[in-house]
Amino acid sequence: MKKQILDLRVLSNAKLNHNHNVLELGCDTPLPAMVPGQFAEVRVDGSPSTYLRRPFSIHRVDKGANTMHLLVKSVGDGTRNIASLTKGSLLNVMFPLGNGFTLTQNEEVLLVGGGCGVAPLYFLADQLFRKGNKVSVLIGGRSAGDILLAEAYRSFGNVYISTEDGTLGEKGMVTAHSVLKQSAFPFRMIYCCGPDGMMKAVAHIAEAKGVECEVSLENTMACGIGACLCCVVETHKGNQCVCTEGPVFNSKKLKGWTAETEIGCSLDK
Amino acid sequence: MANLEVNIHKLKLKNPVLTASGTFGYGEEFDDFIDVSSLGGIIVKATTSKHREGNAYPRMAETAMGMLNAVGLQNKGVDYFVEHIYPKLLKYNNCVIANVSDSTVEGYVEVAEKLNKLDHIHAIELNISCPNVKEGGMAFGTSCPSAIAVTRAVREVYDKTLIVKLSPNVTSISEIALAVEGAGADAISLINTLLGMAIDAEKRRPVLSTVTGGLSGPAIKPVALRMVWQVSKVVKIPLIGIGGITTAADAIEFMLAGASAIQVGTANFIDPHATVKIMAGIEDYLNRHGISDVKELTGGLML
Repeated sequence: MKKQILDLRVLSNAKLNHNHNVLELGCDTPLPAMVPGQFAEVRVDGSPSTYLRRPFSIHRVDKGANTMHLLVKSVGDGTRNIASLTKGSLLNVMFPLGNGFTLTQNEEVLLVGGGCGVAPLYFLADQLFRKGNKVSVLIGGRSAGDILLAEAYRSFGNVYISTEDGTLGEKGMVTAHSVLKQSAFPFRMIYCCGPDGMMKAVAHIAEAKGVECEVSLENTMACGIGACLCCVVETHKGNQCVCTEGPVFNSKKLKGWTAETEIGCSLDK
Repeated sequence: MANLEVNIHKLKLKNPVLTASGTFGYGEEFDDFIDVSSLGGIIVKATTSKHREGNAYPRMAETAMGMLNAVGLQNKGVDYFVEHIYPKLLKYNNCVIANVSDSTVEGYVEVAEKLNKLDHIHAIELNISCPNVKEGGMAFGTSCPSAIAVTRAVREVYDKTLIVKLSPNVTSISEIALAVEGAGADAISLINTLLGMAIDAEKRRPVLSTVTGGLSGPAIKPVALRMVWQVSKVVKIPLIGIGGITTAADAIEFMLAGASAIQVGTANFIDPHATVKIMAGIEDYLNRHGISDVKELTGGLML
């Protein structure tokens, strides 16, 4: 998959809640092939305090329409700048970057997303569904307003929700949801994206249940192509770049992510 | 068509644009974007005598028009480089320069000796200026006696072009430049990163795992330009300018200040095409000003 830098046109900008937007991007030339889990590095123009590109998971791809979507959480000036782009604006995007999730076939799988961690899971759910998997999606957030895109996932399978304040779905941490506590655990694979603490806790559950777990990391990065070595994560094979060896890792490869890890999970982290 | 060739000691570069070590991997990371062989040369990631894991994450903090890094010379060591990375560099038909660092003089010598045997490593850049390692690195480049000691020791075992990369974290960069020239350096590249720091006020904690790190990017360009100019006044060997170069105008400014060639660093992270755009921009500048040879720019500042 050759990496490209393209000026993509904003076709639409949908506001999901007070700090999340989905940008639909298109191009006159065919977009490169992408797989779920990969990401894009977006240049931020017009934000003087933003120097580096910003990484975003590829949220959704519509091959027929030649479009891709990015889910943008407004955190600082750079991301606010991207989130405020209007239809017709151009966005300089370097993609597709990184590896992807392992796509199972004809299995029962669970996708767990916390906060804006649902971003890569839409594309993933879509592809897993097409491969004959029975897909379930578990989404967690602090409050009902933080639960993103729950309806959109229903076309792929069951959707479970938990909120820390109980305003939607089960009350409590996403990792305490009853779907993860079934004694006859139906899932053969768990895919997870969210805060590190949440992902570690999910990885621990997966380990206890004896199923594989892939997590998508979002370490701070500069180049996105393995040149600067800034975004490393400690693996059992030493420090590896999240941007090239990841962003998706089997949790067993990550140092400190298995049984001996103390479980802590809060979406505040 | 203006002549873009420049010479750095015995090195013949097809143009003055090089890549700064640590910002360009081993070249292959950029193969999807540019024809790496079209550059004047590439300076690959630092190599040390032994495998180094580098520093803990977080290693990077974005700053105003730049960034701090604290990578800490992560690399698999010189033997791995010779066996696994060097063969992949053979496909590039331009100058390939290895950046050499270590924590002891013996370590620098070991790496230089091993690289001296590689035909397609045309020069080494002695990194006596990395601010992110506890021992060695910048410690060698911040005092004249240690800069002389390591340069002299490497000079004895290295036959090809020896470039010494200077740290800006010194009181007088001219003194260090003179010292390494006297110790046998064939060229000087400057500057490495400026020691800096970032704090997360909300958490009351440093952003970097190492607390301090090296500042790079356009933020440091004026400092780098001043240092190139100062050093050009005192040494006779060629200089390679580094520090926030993002555009052809930046590159030309460094040459006017006294550099014979330049390195593009942090700009590669934002725009992997930065180097080729700078090459094209330099050519355009020469044509617009009716200059037939890029070498005429070096030291061409009018006071």
